[in-house]
Amino acid sequence: MPCIDSSGDLTEMARKILAAMAGPAPLDEISEKTGIPLYRVRSAARELVDAGLAEERDDSYAVSASGHAAILGSTGKA
Amino acid sequence: MMEATSQEKPTFPRLGQPAPAFEAQTTHGVLRLEDFKGSWLILFSHPADFTPVCTTEFVAFAEIAPELKKRNVELCGLSIDSTYSHIAWIRNIEQHFGVKIPFPVIADLNKEVATLYGMIMPGESKTETSRCVFVIDPNGILRAMIYYPLTTGRNMQEILRLVDALQTTDKHGVATPANWKPGEKVIVPPPATAEGAEERMKAGFETKDWYFSKKAL
Repeated sequence: MPCIDSSGDLTEMARKILAAMAGPAPLDEISEKTGIPLYRVRSAARELVDAGLAEERDDSYAVSASGHAAILGSTGKA
Repeated sequence: MMEATSQEKPTFPRLGQPAPAFEAQTTHGVLRLEDFKGSWLILFSHPADFTPVCTTEFVAFAEIAPELKKRNVELCGLSIDSTYSHIAWIRNIEQHFGVKIPFPVIADLNKEVATLYGMIMPGESKTETSRCVFVIDPNGILRAMIYYPLTTGRNMQEILRLVDALQTTDKHGVATPANWKPGEKVIVPPPATAEGAEERMKAGFETKDWYFSKKAL
């Protein structure tokens, strides 16, 4: 999966996107900030929400408590 | 006694209508058509990974990707191969041709997207997609289709020209003549009334007759 690798760690792309969600922020802004194409950000946001690592709030996305833990965790396990 | 064969009726998308929605496994993860909303999308199919004509096309698509990006166009490939096959082929292309494939490729093993878009031509092959190109606009409307046979690699300059023509039409409300290239004169849509035809003759365009006017942009 593009956001969580086979060992359960966040991928580099997921970390970038979650960092940009600190705001919270709409997906087009996240795409602009990270340089990741919007279609990939949309797909990744779905995956991150499904994994409980991000939350959608009024067309914006924010890192969830689990997302913060995953970013800060030493292993980054999602 | 003749054996009965079940034949699925092929479906084909229509120009000017919403492109068929899909969700598919790709080399960039699970993507939906709606993920491309706001960008133009060139969805194209190729017959199979690790085949020579397709390899030349993938290299060529990768080469025009930066030009397409400038035009707000994303690319997405498709074939009836697995994600693992796609990944192995993309890596092989990078290794042997020095070209990184920047766009996602759909692994359409169950032929779901290929069937929706009429990419399989049973007269050519029942197991491979033909060389199809679908140009989808930022609102998800199918604007152009190109179908090439298995044997013939596509012309990337024509694909760029097609995108330029469609975007010029949208921006300026004009049409484009045969062999048009950016910078050349465009066709002013013919008037739809007799009065309009009369006025067109005095409108200051390069006019051959009331129905045939060109102008520079």
